[in-house]
Formats: sequence, C-alpha cells, structure tokens
Amino acid sequence: MALSNQTKAVLLGPLNKNNPVIVQVLGICSALAVTSKLEPSLVMAVAVTLVTAFGNVIISLLRKTIPTRIRIIVQLVVVAALVTIVSEVLKAFAYDVNKQLSVFVGLIVTNCILMGRLEAFALGNGPWPSFLDGIGNGLGYGWILVVVGFFRELLGSGELLGYKVIPQFMYDAGYENNGLMMLAPMALILVAVIIWVHRARNKDLQEETN
Amino acid sequence: MNRENSGYTIIYAAVMVILVALGLAFTHQALSDRQTANVNIDKMQQILRSLNINASAAEAQQVYDELVQNAYLITPDGVKVEGSEGTTPNDPAFSIDPSDEAAAGLPVFEAIVEGSQKYIIPMQGTGLWGPIWGYLAVEADGSTIYGSEFGHQGETPGLGAEIVMLSFREQFIGKELIKEGHFRSVAVVKPGQATSDRDYVDGISGGTITSKGVDAMLLNSVGQYSKFLLNLNAAQ
Repeated sequence: MALSNQTKAVLLGPLNKNNPVIVQVLGICSALAVTSKLEPSLVMAVAVTLVTAFGNVIISLLRKTIPTRIRIIVQLVVVAALVTIVSEVLKAFAYDVNKQLSVFVGLIVTNCILMGRLEAFALGNGPWPSFLDGIGNGLGYGWILVVVGFFRELLGSGELLGYKVIPQFMYDAGYENNGLMMLAPMALILVAVIIWVHRARNKDLQEETN
Repeated sequence: MNRENSGYTIIYAAVMVILVALGLAFTHQALSDRQTANVNIDKMQQILRSLNINASAAEAQQVYDELVQNAYLITPDGVKVEGSEGTTPNDPAFSIDPSDEAAAGLPVFEAIVEGSQKYIIPMQGTGLWGPIWGYLAVEADGSTIYGSEFGHQGETPGLGAEIVMLSFREQFIGKELIKEGHFRSVAVVKPGQATSDRDYVDGISGGTITSKGVDAMLLNSVGQYSKFLLNLNAAQ
C-alpha cells in the first residue's frame, strides 16, 4: 500500500520531528514511572498505542455530534472506558502481564498524549487519518520509553528483559550496577539526553537564544 | 440540530454515560468468570511456589490438587475451626480474606511433599507503595521454613519489587521461627547486619522500606499463628 505524503506525515511525524515526548514534552510522568525495566516499557508502549489509536477513531466518528462545551468530558469518558476495557481484557487473558503493569494500566487515562491527540487531531479529522495519528503518536511515545527502559535496565540491573547481560567477570573486575538508574530522576536525565541528541541533529527544532 | 443547546448537551452526556456504563458492565460480566479463574490459579501458583514448585498456569490446578491434602481455619489459640475443611476455591480456607478482622479464623493449608508434611501460612503486610503478601511453608516441626513466596502490588521495579525474586526467597529456607520455645519470627536486615536473638535474612539494597515491610509481615502475620506453630513444635 502506497502512502500519500500527508498520510506519511501523520504517521511518521510523531516518531521524529513531532515526537510527543521529546518535542512536545508530553507523557513524561509515565515515561518516568514504567521505564525502570524494559518489559513494562514495551507493554506500556503497546497499550498506549492501542488506546490512542482507538480513542482517536471513536472521537473522530463522534466529532460532528459532540457538544463543544463538554468535549473534554466526552474525551475523558471515551479514554477511561477504553482503558478499563484494556485492563479487564488483560485480567482475563493475560493475567501475568496485567500483574506486572499493576496500576500503570489505569494510569494510561492520565497520559497527556491521549487527551492532546483527541483534542488536537481527532476532533478535526476523519477516522482513518485519526487512527494513523494515534498509531504514530503511540509509537513515538513508545520508542522513547523503550530506549529509556533499555538503558535503565542495562545500567541499573545489568539485565535486559530479566536476562543477565553484563558478564560476571565485569563484576569481579569491580563493575557495579548504578542504583541511581532505578530512580525516577535518572529517567528524566535520560529523556533530556535524548532531547539533546535529537535537537543537535535537527537544528530547526532549536529554540533561539539571545 | 444545535450542538450548543443545553438540552442537547445534557441528553448527549446522559446517553453517553449510560451507554458506556452498560458497555463496561457487560464487558466485566462477560469476563468475570475467566478473571476469577485466573485469580484462583494465580493463588494456587503462589501456594505452590512457597513449596519451591514452579507450576505453569495450565498445570497449577492439577499439581495443587495432588499436593495440597487439606486446608482449614484455625482460631488464634491454634484450634481447628469445626466444619472449615476443604481445599477448593469455594472453601473458607481458600476464599477467606485474611485481612478481614471479623473473619471466622486463620487459614492453614496442609501439603505433603515427598512424603513429609508441610503447613502453609498466608501473610499480608504493607510495602512502600501498597500491599505486599506472601505464603510461608513450614515443616512439620512448626519452626523450620521449607519455602516462601512473596507478592506485591506496586513496589519499585528493580528495588522493592525484588522481593519476588528467587534469590531473596530462597534465603528463608531452613531458617527457624521458634527459638528455645518462643516464637521469634525471622528478621529481614540490611545486608551485612545481623541479629542475635533470631534467624535473619538479607533485605534488598535500596528497597529498605519494602524489606522492613516483609520483616513486619513475618512478625505480625505469622505471629498470629504462634500458638498453632508452638503446638506443632511441642508435639515433635
């Protein structure tokens, strides 16, 4: 399937120059909370992508009927309903994953990216572009989570997805896991490093200094 | 149709909320049997892990039925509550909420592993962010720990959440709850420290509050069973 330029921009923009986390700086709270290991980061990325995509589609289908004054409430109800369904389905069919994510599934509701996309995109566009926008933003959020989760688990626990990757002789030679990596501030610092690298490569994103 | 009309707004909100509520109620109803089954299987897996057996969700029920011979409630004096026996999820020992103060008694599970009797005691406590729980399997002497299992709701991954790891749990094996005829529990201490009056295991570095929670949970939850355990110990 060939994608038109506009579709491409909607789908791929959020992965790079329009990234919700490192450019718009949204969804930071959950990026701090779930990234101390790689696995919850991955599941969270998938869950947020699904909820954003389907939330976008529903709001886009309803967009001509929603009363402007209560549109935020309508969006909130749709998101909360979707998140509840995701959580119920996980409990019934993927109990282990649900246990691992525990409260974070419920916290998807509070993810600013969701409300941001519903408000900024789905209310003004058709269902198909909205769906792509949701997927794009979910993935844009997801890859940051995965990168941060990767480094935090690697440097913090010496593991990836629960498997030891730092060999024992490194520890014998005096290498130590960095406990600071496990704490939320380090996620913030890692996100900042990603932003730094990203802006260094994309000069047009740099704010003017005077 | 005027979308800004108050009547429209109210009707819209009402219809939407009712539809969503119906949808969610239906979803919950449709899935609740599977969810309850998952919760029960999960509990069986936890009980089996306290016996140092890792059963997959598919085989948990079968292994549980094989090993767990009896389950019942006891009073704080260590006496079995009449008519409370049964090991299935509908029986009181399995279904009781142990944090309920008004509960009819304290649940005990009896299992036979490789020909010897073990007693399994459920535990509840508080970690840093929320509840923690666990199961402690004790040998027939009422004192020696055969195995342990811990769970938590939302402890910090990589820190407090490490209490579920085998490396933490297997430290408990062989530790003794009873010293010189008194119930002493097992202490969870900072790595490198020690206690003189009771057995101890190393806590989690960086998970101090969760480790303290486990320490308190062992003392309080297992402490409720002290008469029962002392009776077993005296009978040896």
